[in-house]
Amino acid sequence: MSVLGTVFLQTTNFVDAAYIVAFGLMIYGMSGLTGPRTAVRGNLTAAVGMAVAVVATLLRKGEFHGSSTVWLIILGVAIGTAVGVPAARNVKMTAMPQMVALFNGVGGGAVALIAWVEYRHAFTSGGHSPWALRVEIFELFGAIVGSISFWGSNIAFGKLQEILPGRPIKAPGRTQTVINTVLLAAAVASAIILCAGTHSQVLFILGILVVAAILGNMLVLPIGGADMPVVISLLNAFTGLSAAATGVALSNPVMIVAGMIVGASGTILTDQMAKAMNRSVPAIVAGGFGGAVAAPAGPAGETGGTVRSTTAADVAIQLSYARQVVVAPGYGMAVAQAQHAVRELERALEAKGVVVKYAIHPVAGRMPGHMNVLLAEADVPYDLLREMDDINPEFPRTDVTLVIGANDVTNPAAKNEPGSPIYGMPILEVDRSAAVIVLKRSMASGFAGIDNPLFYEPKTSLLFGDAKASVSEITAEVQAL
Amino acid sequence: MDSLVIDIAVLVLAGFVGFAVISKVPNTLHTPLMSGTNAIHGVVVLGGLLLMAESSGVLEKILLVIAVAFGTINVIGGFLVTDRMLEMFKPKAESADADSPGPGEAA
Repeated sequence: MSVLGTVFLQTTNFVDAAYIVAFGLMIYGMSGLTGPRTAVRGNLTAAVGMAVAVVATLLRKGEFHGSSTVWLIILGVAIGTAVGVPAARNVKMTAMPQMVALFNGVGGGAVALIAWVEYRHAFTSGGHSPWALRVEIFELFGAIVGSISFWGSNIAFGKLQEILPGRPIKAPGRTQTVINTVLLAAAVASAIILCAGTHSQVLFILGILVVAAILGNMLVLPIGGADMPVVISLLNAFTGLSAAATGVALSNPVMIVAGMIVGASGTILTDQMAKAMNRSVPAIVAGGFGGAVAAPAGPAGETGGTVRSTTAADVAIQLSYARQVVVAPGYGMAVAQAQHAVRELERALEAKGVVVKYAIHPVAGRMPGHMNVLLAEADVPYDLLREMDDINPEFPRTDVTLVIGANDVTNPAAKNEPGSPIYGMPILEVDRSAAVIVLKRSMASGFAGIDNPLFYEPKTSLLFGDAKASVSEITAEVQAL
Repeated sequence: MDSLVIDIAVLVLAGFVGFAVISKVPNTLHTPLMSGTNAIHGVVVLGGLLLMAESSGVLEKILLVIAVAFGTINVIGGFLVTDRMLEMFKPKAESADADSPGPGEAA
């Protein structure tokens, strides 16, 4: 026992054991995220795993004797906590995609900075031993990818926060692709030169960081606002991979495992999001569509021109005498903070015996599952939320569909017009219900910048105005009936 | 075996674990998932901590303090925000038990 105890307490083994516990907890925690019931605990478990990893690292024997080191670590952690905690506590649920982009960005930034420092070390201490070369390759990968992720995420944040225009900003034609390819080639070439050995390493490592920074900007600027969730997901995967690469360079198992898991999950998520929007990841990265420029409203414009507008009182009557009402919420509902009002309306209708369901498109809101979060915030029961494949067969049996601030995800052009930029994208087939009521601020087109023929259909009526005010008005009318 | 080979083996295996664990997540939880994985790659903060002990010179120390601060924001902010989102699903989920017994439930 004592022998075993001594061996165990030899700190390297202890740290390694703690690391294994740490990534075990993280993986177990992630698996908890598969169901709403276990998700909270799963997240907590993963956080505990992270805490174990951090504590174990700090306990490493003899690493932290210098008091200045301790204070610097405390300083860094204190700054991070002071910034991170209030940001996470106060962010509105609607602003969640931006927040994730920002958190992802600082993670990428941390990777790039660490790679930079580690590279300096490898170079000064090891010269060109095989060990140093190994560190260099992985660190340079981390530096390039982490830097791209940092700058790309910041641009994504700026676009979603509407600091930057949502429309694509790019050089004309194929120039942008050429520029990006050249930049990537320059970064990789610099990395190879560095690995091969050069006398001006500082110049080249700075060069790599700068080139990767420009590339991060150039990659995301040309992408339209509608594609931003996919981009954030992609950059999330990037940061994960770069963290894993840094883990290999430092030979740190927790960083390798955790980083790689994020890389893998981010890849899956990116792919699923892109599929839900009928887009391919390369096409998105190539830029263009998604911000009005490449989306001529031609065919849709011909279908009608006249729309039928209605009043809150009429809508209330239509809804009250329906057997089944389906609510199709979109990002517009979230922007107007109308989810609580919608929940009120749902209650009022249920009191009258109307069956109310919510149709959730996979990319409603700005990220998959974003709408679920927003509705959950308003206490909408989880079992009323129906995913697209479940709700679509129900539309023919639905008397009224209430479209609140949703546009592209209900656009029948995705089914009917092969020429439409969103042709083939799976949509909520609201046009198959008996009547459609669209709550809209104005006739402006959706995030994708495409006109929606749904609005011109004879069975569709539009109620213009702020979604929250409109819904409250309808609720009042319903209760008065 | 060379430790590099072991590290790369761990890397590859972790990739498969990631695919296996994550592909089971329902659409509805994708936003919290994205946010949760986002917090997990904040693990890079460990790199900052490890290097801090070996760092020399003002430049390196400044860079590492920034890196640790960034990593901390990533970890703490990420987990907190994920928790806030998930808390909203919690009470409602009790009533939806029968419909959706998640694979994670057994454990």
